[in-house]
Amino acid sequence: MPGTEEKPAGNGNGSGTKKAAVIVRVAILVLVLLLGLWLAQRLLVPKYISVNEEGLLTREYYAAAGGNDVLFIGDCEVYSNFSPVKLWQDRGYTSVIRGSPQQLIWHSYYMLEDTLRYEKPKVAVFNVLSMKYGEPQSEAYNRLALDGMKLSDVKLRAVAASRTEDETVASYIFPLLRFHSRWSELGSEDFRYMFSTKQLSHNGYVMRLDVKSVDTVPRDKPLEDYSFSQVCWDYLDRMKKLCDDNGIRLILIKAPTLKPAWYDEWDEQIVKYAEDNGLSYVNLLDLRDEIGIDYGTDTFDAGMHLNLSGAEKLTAWFGDYLAENVPSLADRRSDAGMAARWNEKIRYYEEMRDAQQRQLDESGRIDSYWG
Amino acid sequence: MSFVSLGFLAFLAVLIALYYVIPGKCQWMLLLAGSIFFYAFTGWRPLVFITVTALSTYAAGILIGRVNAAGNAWLKDNAGSLDRETKKAYKAGIKRRTRAVMVICLVLNLGILAVIKYTDFGISIVNGIFGTQIGYFRFILPLGISFYIFQSMGYIIDVYRGKYAPERNFARFSLFVSFFPQLLQGPISRFDELSKTLYGPHRFRYETVARGAWRVLWGYFKKMIVADRMITAVTALSGDTAAYTGVFVPVLVLFYAIQLYADFTGGIDITIGIAQMLGIDVAENFDRPFFSLNIAEYWRRWHITMGTWFRDYIFYPLSVSPGMMKISKWSREKLGQAVGKRIPVYLSTIIVWFATGLWHGAAWNFIVWGLLNCVVIVISQELSPLYTRFHGRFAFSNTKGYNVFQMFRTFWLMGFIRVLDVYRDVPATFRQVGTMFTTPNWGRLFDGSLLGLGLGIHDYAVIAAGCAAMLTVSILQNRRPVRDRLMAMPVAARYVMFAAAVLLIFVFGAYGIGYDAGQFIYTRF
Repeated sequence: MPGTEEKPAGNGNGSGTKKAAVIVRVAILVLVLLLGLWLAQRLLVPKYISVNEEGLLTREYYAAAGGNDVLFIGDCEVYSNFSPVKLWQDRGYTSVIRGSPQQLIWHSYYMLEDTLRYEKPKVAVFNVLSMKYGEPQSEAYNRLALDGMKLSDVKLRAVAASRTEDETVASYIFPLLRFHSRWSELGSEDFRYMFSTKQLSHNGYVMRLDVKSVDTVPRDKPLEDYSFSQVCWDYLDRMKKLCDDNGIRLILIKAPTLKPAWYDEWDEQIVKYAEDNGLSYVNLLDLRDEIGIDYGTDTFDAGMHLNLSGAEKLTAWFGDYLAENVPSLADRRSDAGMAARWNEKIRYYEEMRDAQQRQLDESGRIDSYWG
Repeated sequence: MSFVSLGFLAFLAVLIALYYVIPGKCQWMLLLAGSIFFYAFTGWRPLVFITVTALSTYAAGILIGRVNAAGNAWLKDNAGSLDRETKKAYKAGIKRRTRAVMVICLVLNLGILAVIKYTDFGISIVNGIFGTQIGYFRFILPLGISFYIFQSMGYIIDVYRGKYAPERNFARFSLFVSFFPQLLQGPISRFDELSKTLYGPHRFRYETVARGAWRVLWGYFKKMIVADRMITAVTALSGDTAAYTGVFVPVLVLFYAIQLYADFTGGIDITIGIAQMLGIDVAENFDRPFFSLNIAEYWRRWHITMGTWFRDYIFYPLSVSPGMMKISKWSREKLGQAVGKRIPVYLSTIIVWFATGLWHGAAWNFIVWGLLNCVVIVISQELSPLYTRFHGRFAFSNTKGYNVFQMFRTFWLMGFIRVLDVYRDVPATFRQVGTMFTTPNWGRLFDGSLLGLGLGIHDYAVIAAGCAAMLTVSILQNRRPVRDRLMAMPVAARYVMFAAAVLLIFVFGAYGIGYDAGQFIYTRF
């Protein structure tokens, strides 16, 4: 039995060789174990290929990072509505989007902090719709926003700020702890994309070619209280300070999508904040005619998000706005290295556009972003 | 801090690493610090309670030791000048004084337990009988209090009986009371047994640590793969008594038996495994109880340390107490030898089972559960001559097949008694069991209803595989300890198996969002 034949610590004859053998054995065991856990994790985490594709967005940033002068931050109202490729083609501005579905303001704040670990843009464009959410909404959206973020102190703070009651920080460091129960729903996709993935976005932009026009715009229900949560104001303050500290110009926008509602009472609060803090605020909803958005042809889901046509119109207008209001932005098309990099992005952009067009031509609908 | 948490695993890893690095004479101090740290996670109030128990029991032990020592010294010094009667009277005086110390200690600690655990139950009885509206105190029960108080009371009774000398070092005694692996759900250790290895020193031995780690892993397997996966179904079946009648009652009996077994034995495996990794021997608490042929045997194999505690500290003293002797004498005279000699035994048995029920919880369902166990045991004992005749007459009753039948019978009998613990309401339990005979809905076993209990087909597959593994290990264990077999395997195979087992638990364990995994069932007792 253990313990009965033992000698006091330090009094044994344990030779160095024996100790070393034990250490090596334990190390091998730990390595085997870690390898097994890593493989299980690779297999079990969602692949976001045929469902919830937007789960790929956060992790795709790191391939696009470096040398971007314009950063768009926000929710689907940025990743569906602005095309960095178009901005490059029109103006030679380098830009990237850090957006994910229902990205809350603290997600955005930490995305900004995370971005600063890789590059320092000249302009940060923040879509203010998320000001309406003062508390974590659901684990699913936290996962879509944060799972793809590289492990860092920023990520840990982002998780701590975002998590709902049941979520643990550990499960963001070791996603196996969260997704282990997916073993019962594994499909061929999980095996096929265990070590690889597909690229969904074009510097953060998610392309959709199809059209679903706006038939009717539902009347917005009046709210009892239009004031934004103090938490949101605090994060907006922090975002502004972070931009100020890093010499980044912060521009607030409200994307020109009809749903969900954007109330005048909300708008007034943002206008006042921008005035008080010396920020630019552009409510693109008010400028939709000037931009030329046609809700009969420029949206793929009846006004919630713009399709490629709408996104390119909006981006063209916004490129003009940036040229006029941010003179420090440079046209970098003469930079051969940068141009080569963006030419590759343009190639993939056109490839996806053509693939989606083919689907529309063949079936009248888009079943996959990639065709 | 729950055993089923990454925080606990990190705590354990750091503790074990430090344990084998520091000098052996300091190991027990580290364990004490670790135990305090571990228990502090339950809050400062539980820490106060456990300190009171440790301090009062320690002081009582020391006092008993001093009284005995002083008395014995005086007797020795005056041996020549004292006659036999004087010596006897003096010894009786010592006994009275030490008994008084012991009784004060017992009253204090059992009083604390009674107040915290049973006050509201008492109020509910008073309110029920007299129609009063006395408010409830709703004390929060410190985790593990029933276990560490019983362990401490066992110690003080043993010291009083002179079984061993009291521990003189308060810190060492505190470790005995608070040793973290067994703090929350036992086993209820004896000081003379646990202290042999508790205070070390222990040198790192790969094989000992590896064996402990296997046992811990097996505990997590049972707890996380089987027990915690069962929670949803057991909660659903017991929660909606209107919907789940008839055939669902034996389903609940089966599911709860599996859940409780996997949960409690799993927890004890983790406890014993951790202790073993530290070189410490903790008493076994189970001996494959579902292989028992009758309920008396079952109770010798299930929660062994609790059973032996009640036997040694309640049943035996009660059976030979002056009061019981008088009853024995009276009953023999009035009812004859045959019946009369049984009366004190059965009376003691009833009291012990009443106390056992009450120990499990302050509610009628636990008391009825205890008394039902008692009834079955007494009936079995009364019918034993009949059984003997039966076995003598029918040869098949000595076959393996008949043994399997007996195990099956004991399993279900215990299961139906145990179900009181799930419904937590005595009339509801009897009503539900009654519906088995009044609601002929056996077809619902096959109409997909079982998939509406929060478990999918894949969950049932995992549970079935887990049960098969537990059964296989139990059968193998009967012939040769499974860990002996594992340790005899080639190193590479052992490592791959260990890694695979860890992986199994991580992947198939029921934890995280969507699962209600957490504390062990017995921690609430």
